[in-house]
Amino acid sequence: MKKIALSNIDLLYKEIAGAQELYLPVKVAGATNFKKFEDGVEVDIKSLQTVKSAKDLFFPQSEDMMEFKTSGKSIEVIDARKKAEPFVLFGVRGCDLKSFEVLDKVFLAEPVDTMYQAKREAVTVVTLACNNPETSCFCKVFGVDASNPKGDVQATIVSDEMHFEALTEKGEKLLSSLKCLEDCEGKGVEEEKAQIKEKIDALPFVNLDLTNFKGENLMELFNRPEWEELSKACLGCGTCTFVCPTCQCFDIRDFQTNAGVKRFRCWDSCMYSEFTKMAAENPRKNQMQRYRQRFMHKLCYFPSNNDGEYGCVGCGRCVKKCPQSLNIVKVIKKLGGNK
Amino acid sequence: MQRLKTAMIEKATALLTSGEVSKVLGWKKGELGFDVEPAVFTSVDSLVDFTYDAFCGANLSKYLVEESKKEGKILVFLKPCDSYSFNQLIKEHRIKKENVYTVGIECQGKVDPYKLKENGIEFVTDASETVDTVTVNGKEFKKEEIILGKCLTCTKKLLSYDDVISFNEKREPSLDRFEMVKKLEAMTADERYAFWKDQLSNCIRCNACRNVCPACTCTKCVFDNDNSGIASKANSDSFEEKMFHIIRAFHVAGRCTDCGECSRVCPQHIPLHLLNRKFISDIDRLYGEYQAGEDTESKGPLTNYTTGDVDPSDVFGGK
Repeated sequence: MKKIALSNIDLLYKEIAGAQELYLPVKVAGATNFKKFEDGVEVDIKSLQTVKSAKDLFFPQSEDMMEFKTSGKSIEVIDARKKAEPFVLFGVRGCDLKSFEVLDKVFLAEPVDTMYQAKREAVTVVTLACNNPETSCFCKVFGVDASNPKGDVQATIVSDEMHFEALTEKGEKLLSSLKCLEDCEGKGVEEEKAQIKEKIDALPFVNLDLTNFKGENLMELFNRPEWEELSKACLGCGTCTFVCPTCQCFDIRDFQTNAGVKRFRCWDSCMYSEFTKMAAENPRKNQMQRYRQRFMHKLCYFPSNNDGEYGCVGCGRCVKKCPQSLNIVKVIKKLGGNK
Repeated sequence: MQRLKTAMIEKATALLTSGEVSKVLGWKKGELGFDVEPAVFTSVDSLVDFTYDAFCGANLSKYLVEESKKEGKILVFLKPCDSYSFNQLIKEHRIKKENVYTVGIECQGKVDPYKLKENGIEFVTDASETVDTVTVNGKEFKKEEIILGKCLTCTKKLLSYDDVISFNEKREPSLDRFEMVKKLEAMTADERYAFWKDQLSNCIRCNACRNVCPACTCTKCVFDNDNSGIASKANSDSFEEKMFHIIRAFHVAGRCTDCGECSRVCPQHIPLHLLNRKFISDIDRLYGEYQAGEDTESKGPLTNYTTGDVDPSDVFGGK
C-alpha cells in the first residue's frame, strides 16, 4: 500500500495531472462536481458527494457525434467523435462506481456504444471510501460497500492521511508511477473501514425491502393506485434524472450551423413531456405515467433484463435534490416496505 | 407552529366534512423530517399525514393551475409569499378562482435543509420554532442562520383570503433584498460576467427553476417545443446556457413576485433570483415601486402603456 499526508495532497494531484488528465471533485461557485484538475481549482475531496455523478466522464451531458457538410449534391460525413486519451477519475464513491456497472450493461451490450466504450477503456478509477455517509445514503440496499468501494485503486482517508491500494493492473501502474507517495502498511485502514460499516448500518434507509420488485410482479406494481399519490407533487423537471448516476437515456439531435449540420447526443429525461413523443402519438400523457416509468425502469424492468441487477445504486442524490422532496426511497417504502 | 398546524387541520376537516371543498392542497410529512412534500388530501382520514412546520418552503400556488381545473372545490393553504403568486396567476387567468378556497397562513421563514445539513443535522426528529428561532433536535438556531435565502429578505404580508389563520407573529426581514443586486451593479462588466459565468457554468439544464416558477405557466414552453427550432436540450457553447436564464428572466419580468422558488430548487444552488431581482429593482426605479401579485386586477408596468412611461433616453441619455 501507499500513502500521502492530506496536507501534501496537492502534490499528488499535480503529479497525476502532469502525466494525464485528472478529473476529481472541484468546487465552483459553491457547488462540487467532477471537473478537470488545473492550477488554482478548489479541490473538494472530503465532501461526500458531487451534485452531478461521475457518469458525465463517460456519458457527457452533450457530445458531438458527426458532422455533415454539403457541397452541391454531395454530402460529406465527418466523424466528430473525440479520441479518448487516458485519464484518471479520482475520488469516486462506491455508489458511483457501482453505477458504472449499471451503465456498462447498457452501453457495452451489443451493439456496443463506441463513444462510451472509448472513455471507459481510457479511465483509471481511484475510488474513495466514505468516511461519513449521510442519512440519505442507502447504497447498502443495492449491495454496495461504501467502506470498500473497489475500482482500479481504492483510497481510504485515515485521520490526516490518504492510503492507496491498487486492485488492478491499471491501478498498479498508476500507483507505481507516482513519486510523491510513500510505501506503507495501511495502518488504521481496516479499523476505519469497520467504523464506516458501523455508520452505514445505523443509517435510516438501509433496511428497504426490494423483494417485491421483480419481473413477475410487473403488472401488479404497474397498476398500483399509489403511483397517483407518489407522483402528485412532481414538477416534471429533470433534476432527478440529471443528478442520477444510472439514468442513461439520451436524445440524438441535429444542429444546423452555417458550416453544415452537427449531430450530437445529449441527456434526455423521462420526466419531460416530450420524451416519448412519436410520430403517431405520445403514449405517456401525464406526469404520473412518466414518474411511474422512471421507478419501474430502475426497480423492475432493468433487473428483469439484467440478471436481477437494479438500476439504482442508492446514492441518495434524488433524496437530496428533488425540489419537492419526492424520491425513490418513498417509492420503495410505499410499494415494497422495510425488511 | 403546532397550534397553527392544529388550526389548519381543524379547518381542513371542517371544510371537507361540510362538503364545501372536496380536496385540500397542503404539505405531507416526509421520511427525514425536513423532506415534506406538497400533497393533495381528499379525505379527512388522509389528513393524518398533513403537516405544517418550519420545512414547508415549497410554494403551492402553481399546482392550482391544474388542480383548479379539475372537478370540485379545493382548499389551499397559502403562505404570504405563495399568495402573491396566487394573485398573479389569478390576474393572468391561469387559475379558476371559483374552484379554490384560500386560507392564508402566517409564516416566519422556512428552514433551508442544506443549511441544516451544514450544521450537522441530516435527520430531523423534532422541531419547534418561535418568531426568531428554530429548535431542531434540541439545538437552537437563530432564524437568520438557518432559513431559506428567499425568507431572509421577505417583507410579504398576509393579503386577502377567504379565511386567515394567524396569531400575529410576523418576522422582520434580516436583509435588504436588493443588497446583492446593488453589489452586482457596482461591479465592472468583466467582474459581473465572471460572477455569472462561474455560477451558470454549473447549470445542468434540469429545468427545475422553470417548472417550479409560478410565472412560467405556458402550456408548452418554447424550449420544449420541437418545432420552435430552439428546443435546446444541449448548448452549442457555454454562452447559450446564460441565454436561457437571461431570456427566462426577461420573460417573467414585471410578473415575477420574487417568491424565490427558482433559487430554492436549483440543485446547483445558482442564485437565479438575482436576475429577477435586478429586473424588479429596475422596474421600481423606472416606473415607481411595484410589487407583482399584490392584487388581482391592476395592470403591470410592463403591460400597460401610459404617456408618462419611461423612455430609453431617460435611462441611457441622449435623444
